[in-house]
Amino acid sequence: MIKVMEYSLLATFFFYLLSTVAFVMAVTGKGSRAGKEVHTRLWGRRGIALAIGGVALHVLFIVSRVLVGGHFTSNLFEFTAFLCFAIVSSFIILYLIYRTITLGAFVMPLGVIMLAYASVFPRDVEPLIPALQSYWLHIHVTTVALGEGALAVGFVAGLIYLIRWVGENPHSATATWLEVILAIILMVVGFVLSSFIFGAMDYQAAFQHNFEGRMVVQEYRMPAFVGPHEGVTLQADSFLGWKEPLMEAPSWMKGEEAAKKLNSVIWSVLSGLLLYGLLRGILRKRVYEILHPLVKSLHLETVDEISYRAIAIGYPIFTLGGLIFAMIWAHEAWGRFWGWDPKETWALITWLFYSAYLHLRLSRGWHGLKSSWMAVGGFVVILINLIAINLVIAGLHSYA
Amino acid sequence: MENTKCDCGHNNPVGTVLCEYCGKPLDESGRSDPPLEMRYEGRARRSQTRNTTLFDRVWNFFSSVKVAIWMILITLVISILGTLLPQEQSIPSNRPEIYYAQKYGVWGDLFYRFGLSNLYESPVYIALLAAIGISLVVCSLDRVVPLYHALKNQKVTKSPVFITRQRVTRTEPVSVGEKEALLDRLAENLSAKQYRIRREGDSILAEKGRFSRWGPYINHIGLILFLFGVLMRHLIPGWYLDESVFVREGETEKLPGLNYYVKNEKASMELYDPGEMPPSSENRQPVVKKYETRAVLYEKDRETGTLKEVTRGSIRVNHPLEHEDLQLFQADFNTETRAILLNVKDKKKDRVVDTIRVDLFDPKPEYKLNGGVKVNILNYFPDFVMEGNRPATKSENPNRPAFIFSVDAPGLKQPEKSWLISGANLDDINRENRYEMELKKLETVNVSGLMVRIDKSLPVIFLGGIISMIGLVMGFFWHHRRVWVRWKEGNLYIGAHTNKNWFGLRRELEQAAEKAELPLSFSLEKR
Ligand code: HEM
Repeated sequence: MIKVMEYSLLATFFFYLLSTVAFVMAVTGKGSRAGKEVHTRLWGRRGIALAIGGVALHVLFIVSRVLVGGHFTSNLFEFTAFLCFAIVSSFIILYLIYRTITLGAFVMPLGVIMLAYASVFPRDVEPLIPALQSYWLHIHVTTVALGEGALAVGFVAGLIYLIRWVGENPHSATATWLEVILAIILMVVGFVLSSFIFGAMDYQAAFQHNFEGRMVVQEYRMPAFVGPHEGVTLQADSFLGWKEPLMEAPSWMKGEEAAKKLNSVIWSVLSGLLLYGLLRGILRKRVYEILHPLVKSLHLETVDEISYRAIAIGYPIFTLGGLIFAMIWAHEAWGRFWGWDPKETWALITWLFYSAYLHLRLSRGWHGLKSSWMAVGGFVVILINLIAINLVIAGLHSYA
Repeated sequence: MENTKCDCGHNNPVGTVLCEYCGKPLDESGRSDPPLEMRYEGRARRSQTRNTTLFDRVWNFFSSVKVAIWMILITLVISILGTLLPQEQSIPSNRPEIYYAQKYGVWGDLFYRFGLSNLYESPVYIALLAAIGISLVVCSLDRVVPLYHALKNQKVTKSPVFITRQRVTRTEPVSVGEKEALLDRLAENLSAKQYRIRREGDSILAEKGRFSRWGPYINHIGLILFLFGVLMRHLIPGWYLDESVFVREGETEKLPGLNYYVKNEKASMELYDPGEMPPSSENRQPVVKKYETRAVLYEKDRETGTLKEVTRGSIRVNHPLEHEDLQLFQADFNTETRAILLNVKDKKKDRVVDTIRVDLFDPKPEYKLNGGVKVNILNYFPDFVMEGNRPATKSENPNRPAFIFSVDAPGLKQPEKSWLISGANLDDINRENRYEMELKKLETVNVSGLMVRIDKSLPVIFLGGIISMIGLVMGFFWHHRRVWVRWKEGNLYIGAHTNKNWFGLRRELEQAAEKAELPLSFSLEKR
């Protein structure tokens, strides 16, 4: 069963990857003898078939994980992998409604990145601490993830809208901001890629330093740009001859894992900028200009509606999972349905943000451009909750 | 907007945008072609028609969605600020005024001073939530009433201006001879798509999913109920209780603020076997599998003062003990030293005279031992510290018990003083003594921290949640669609409106039209 679990995860990853390729082929291909239309339809069909196959394998993975470990959403690996599942499933549903192949060319890469990001976390099946031993854990976490999956598709469609819009208005402020957002996305990609690569190389380094009067060890999985403040290298693999940290973290970064986190941030920024530089250097275009040909056949109004529709599907599900089920579970576990720990508070913030989005759209007529920016902003809020709150401020939700 | 009489002869109230009768736009000063504003069917709302009394002004303030959005955004931003540092209830100190400055420096101090450390219970935050609540009530009433009337009194025949200025609209020349059959076919095919059809002369009104328009209002009612439930907890005495109590195994404690007592019969903790752990976590700390308290709940008889058992059961994390509205939750677990067992040893004869057990919570002043040996406790410091060079105790909890004993035995000229401080080697001080107090064993006891809660608002709060969800699902998963068809003077006018999902509406219209042998494209791309 463990074998089934491992292979199904690997297969899921490749299906998503191939689906990405197929969708990109569909929207970029010039079309050979058969002509553009036929080409697009053919590759679009392959793309969606691969995505559906991937989702089926993903279900197999989840089922086998449950059989092996009894649960599937209790740590960051499991949660992120499930979020990836939710994103791809939401995409498939929206595809069945709108049949927009272009959406696939943007969502499927997000699915690939999510799955790769998930596998950066420890993948062992861990036993549940008492607070997590409740069926509400599953109900709550899965609904949250499903809601967030749909909201993520709303984000992607918002991004497509922006790319499409900016293609016609290249000298606007929106163009500049969009480019910044795309560069940040590349940083996330860079982080995932570098974690993935060094993970595959099994890179390890360990530094000891003083933390609140105790000696603690920070284990790095990537070569160290920064080491802990006044740290001592215990052991470090060599990466192209590079072993020792290039510098020390500033002394005010006191947290137990602060230096390691700073190092991850530096890796993300640098690798992102490297990717960005490569793209611009090779193609001699801004990133949105590279992406624009993929989306230029879309009608703006349709893209706007897809983004809105995805959010309109995700919002009630998120409300149910992130607020109502969360309250029921918190009530069962702690006797208070709301505890204002950072994770919960950020769920509320996410919800207020999307409420503002809906009201602005409905009564202030924020359609199109403004609405798309808000769809992007909403996903940023979700990511803050997913990444920043876990890594920086650990609350009661020690797991996800 | 003085003249509110429409060309069709209907008199509309001031503030009306689209004629209530034929739908024709009334204020055509900015005559242009963009689609009509269809919100609330162009009806006048109270907030637009009255603005004289103070009540009107307050009403108008709270009925503005713009104001509501601002309130939501302000709540959002303030909520973010509160998550920058931990809140007071989760810091390991009960002196926040010192803690924040010490741990986080200037920023921590500011955080505390601005009241962010207890943000979510602060008057400002509660006032914001209350204002959102008021706004919800006013705003919904302001709109739902005119919307209800407008939808109820819809007319089938609409002015061609109204129809052609919908977002989805087509005009086709159709001759008098063809029109009757075509209208029949259109009605039939729209009906096949679950539209409810009304006909009037040469006009059709097809409508479906109207109930979804009430979704947002039902959602708002749920939210109001929810907020109301939250507020009630603070307003009605006895409605809400949030306390905690620590009970040692074997003991009974009074529940704070209640006439109930709880006995801890057994408190236990269970760890995962190494076999249940993943291989990579070998060198990590053991993981707890279960915390459990077997508890008995008593009620005190007010007259006789005796305790009467009302319920018993096991309390685990996620599985509270319940009795009526009262709930006891497993929140904390630790182990305390309860008693120490001491060997009293005669150093001269090198043998143990006897063993005494000293209860750390209730030590006896004197212990009589075998062979006429007598041990007295001269001094006991449950939580020992040196203050200057005097021994003292920090608290009543036996965290670091220390004793000064006096030992008297038949062969001694005068009683010996003997020191015992847990965790310290005092052989030097006690060297002269003939009798030695030797620590044999510590007796520990498990202590359960229980949360004691009553929350009578819960049913209201959860009911609010459920209603709110029903409203959301109604509003988001169904759509209100209407199609107006009218034949007038050789032309067939078709116009359609939906509150969301235009794509679906267009597709539906296209299919219905095609089946009615009126091939029309309604899609965006081919417009
Ligand atoms: C945090 C609290 C609130 C939440 C979660 C909320 C939620 C919603 C939702 C989900 C909708 C439906 C939106 C759509 O169909 O796109 C809606 C509509 C609406 N909300 Fe709220 N709302 C909140 C507060 C308010 C407040 C305070 C007001 C008052 C000013 C308000 C006024 C409205 C109005 C007028 C509509 C439009 C209804 C219609 O025309 O169909 N909302 N709200």
